[in-house]
Amino acid sequence: MSVLGRGVRSLFLLEFVSAMRLTLRYFFRKKVTINYPYEKGPLSPRFRGEHVLRRYPNGEERCIACKLCEAICPAQAITIEAEPRDDGSRRTTRYDIDMTKCIYCGFCEEACPVDAIVEGPNFQFATESREELMYDKEKLLANGDRWEREIAINLEADAPYR
Amino acid sequence: MPTLTIDGQKIEVDDGTTVLQACELLGIEIPRFCYHERLSIAGNCRMCLVEMENAPMPIASCAMPVGDGMVIHTNNPQIKQAREGVMEFLLINHPLDCPICDQGGECDLQDQAMVYGKDQSRFEENKRAVKEKYMGPLIKTIMTRCIHCTRCVRFAIEIAGVDDLGAVGRGEDTEITTYLEKAMPSELSGNVIDLCPVGALTSKPYAFTARSWELRKTESIDVHDALGSNIRIDCRGAEVMRVLPRLSEEINEEWLTDKSRFACDGLRRQRLDTPYVRRNGTLQPASWNEAFDTIAARIKATTGNRLAAVVGDLADAESIVALKDLMASLGSPHLDCRQDGAALDPSCRAGYLFNSTIAGIENADACLLIGTDPRGEAALINTRLRKRYLAGGFNIASVGASLNLTFSVENLGSSASVLSVIADATHPFASTLKNAEFPMLIVGQGALNRADGAAILAVARAIAESVGMIKEGWNGFNVLHTAAARVGALDLGFVPGEGGRDTAGILAGASNGDIDTVFLLGADELDMSQLGKAFVIYQGSHGDAGAHRADVVLPGAAYSEKSGTYVNTEGRVQRGSRALFPPGDAREDWAILRALSGHLGSVLPFDNLAQVRTRMIEVAPVLAALDEIAPAEWGSFGVAGPLNDTNLSTPIGDYYLTNPICRASLTMAECSAVYSVTEQEATGAHG
Repeated sequence: MSVLGRGVRSLFLLEFVSAMRLTLRYFFRKKVTINYPYEKGPLSPRFRGEHVLRRYPNGEERCIACKLCEAICPAQAITIEAEPRDDGSRRTTRYDIDMTKCIYCGFCEEACPVDAIVEGPNFQFATESREELMYDKEKLLANGDRWEREIAINLEADAPYR
Repeated sequence: MPTLTIDGQKIEVDDGTTVLQACELLGIEIPRFCYHERLSIAGNCRMCLVEMENAPMPIASCAMPVGDGMVIHTNNPQIKQAREGVMEFLLINHPLDCPICDQGGECDLQDQAMVYGKDQSRFEENKRAVKEKYMGPLIKTIMTRCIHCTRCVRFAIEIAGVDDLGAVGRGEDTEITTYLEKAMPSELSGNVIDLCPVGALTSKPYAFTARSWELRKTESIDVHDALGSNIRIDCRGAEVMRVLPRLSEEINEEWLTDKSRFACDGLRRQRLDTPYVRRNGTLQPASWNEAFDTIAARIKATTGNRLAAVVGDLADAESIVALKDLMASLGSPHLDCRQDGAALDPSCRAGYLFNSTIAGIENADACLLIGTDPRGEAALINTRLRKRYLAGGFNIASVGASLNLTFSVENLGSSASVLSVIADATHPFASTLKNAEFPMLIVGQGALNRADGAAILAVARAIAESVGMIKEGWNGFNVLHTAAARVGALDLGFVPGEGGRDTAGILAGASNGDIDTVFLLGADELDMSQLGKAFVIYQGSHGDAGAHRADVVLPGAAYSEKSGTYVNTEGRVQRGSRALFPPGDAREDWAILRALSGHLGSVLPFDNLAQVRTRMIEVAPVLAALDEIAPAEWGSFGVAGPLNDTNLSTPIGDYYLTNPICRASLTMAECSAVYSVTEQEATGAHG
């Protein structure tokens, strides 16, 4: 560029003008950010969020303590203990997930023969203390009761691809 | 010897071998459900189909004897298809409940379905459902899963010798049942769980508690009887979940007694996990230092001659040698390992061993049982005797109480006086023994723990010598022990020293005040009321009779928690491995004794297990050869004397409650209630 050209650009602040033009163009465009937490982006039915333990419609817990999720878990985040329940059925006495270990790979829900453990659509479960992330069976079943409607819809939406 | 070709490889095998066995010899694996090496051949699962050239259809290899010139194909598309067909039929009525099945992960059907199973079922009818059967407190049945291989039925009839298991109905209606819905009356019932190739028979105490893949497996040695059965201890975390047999042709084949298998829940109940010191009449938790200081103060105030030690039934050789050295350094000659008072003579090793060896029973052709009930004292010896009995030509007679064994035994009388008649060779059975090529006799602890035990031992030796049981390559004189620690302790010489007292003497001394301090190393079978005012130190794993009487309790390790050496009744030296750590403050027994010796001012010269073992081998060189039997030199033992005319009896009161571990086990308590308490004896307390 000639000395003259550089002089004109500097004198008329042309760099500023083009920058301002870019700014104004984005100013009037549709925004890509959303107003979280009041707005949220769309989630795939396969989204792998917080774990839940589901129940059958009659209220019976689904989990049968087969321990396949415990076996497959690559982070070894799941701990299960089981014994015969009073009616002789096979149920867990303890079902713990260490959410600080979990890597949200979704293998547990893949392994589950009865769709009991599912990674639901909830991703907002930050806690103030580490201890609160050690989920026990009670917490997981409560999650299941809370999210059952959404999970059922998601599972149904994904069913044709399984 | 026929020669056949299997998959292009030529092999020459013995007559009577089956095609399946010939394939095994070549390392070719044939899938099977009903075939089992130790059971008769049933040929009813059809999974082992192979192709034989010039045969119109596939043959069941387990049931087909080899013929010369046979050409077998085990691995071609037709055979795969045939096996897939069989598998599909087996799966028609097998429920799809692997996730809730305890066999899952170690199931023959599951494994073989991975190779021969289809991924979709073509069966659209209703599956069969079968009512569950009651088989006692040990075996859980889910009969819908049964594929009718009949291994359990064949085991019960052939090995266990009880006819209480059978199949009723035909075809699809076949059901395996105990007929009368009663518990399977055998000490070997747990083995049907291992035999069942599917999850139809599973372990009741283990139900739903663990999966095979999460268990840590440790190979060890059993201590519930004196056989030293080879076992595998399966642990999860700090708990023993189950005990399984290991293959050992010389001892337990692949069986295990129910007590050894199911008493493992006793390892987590009634445990001593911290030292206790008796203060103001009650045992109170204390630290190790407090406990050792209490003992040291007591022992320093007494003399070696007023100090005694008794070793119990479950102690390992390491702790026995440590205690022996400790007592020697304190100057006490009063040691004994025979807490039942058995008149075993430690001077001659052949006089307290099962010299014929357990596997050697199969060579014997006549047997005399003296005051022993092999079924209760060592159920697997009973199994060997039955195996020999079934082979035919085996004369077996007993002196003692009438026995309910799994084979027929001629009872020669219940009083000991019969023995002298046999020794004189005037009894007809003496000539039976004399005419036998390999005669044997088994002396039980019931015969030896009487007042005239030494005389019975002498007369048994006289019988053995007079009928020619002792000859080149064969020693038919056998002592059947009931305690796992006994032979090891005798080898190590844990018996009264010069001027020392035996168990009866120690108890007498304790009651009249001559002995004022008694050390019990896991000794719980003594009459604690006879210990009088003596100061009792109990070291052991369970809060049983000894700990209740003790003034200081030192918490030790159970057999699963230490690497211990045990010598079985044959004199075979075996070493178990530690499966898990002792609970709480409990420690390995030799280490406790080593620490105690420091407080007593006479430090034992070993700091680690290897040094203890070196010292142990120094005291008893026979303990150096692991897993071997050193043939024992025949000699003179026993003291000839008058025989008491009372009846001989077995020392086993209740088979399921013989040691502190069993007595702490809920499963064994349940078994005792089901099997040992008859209806007449049962009271309201039995529920």
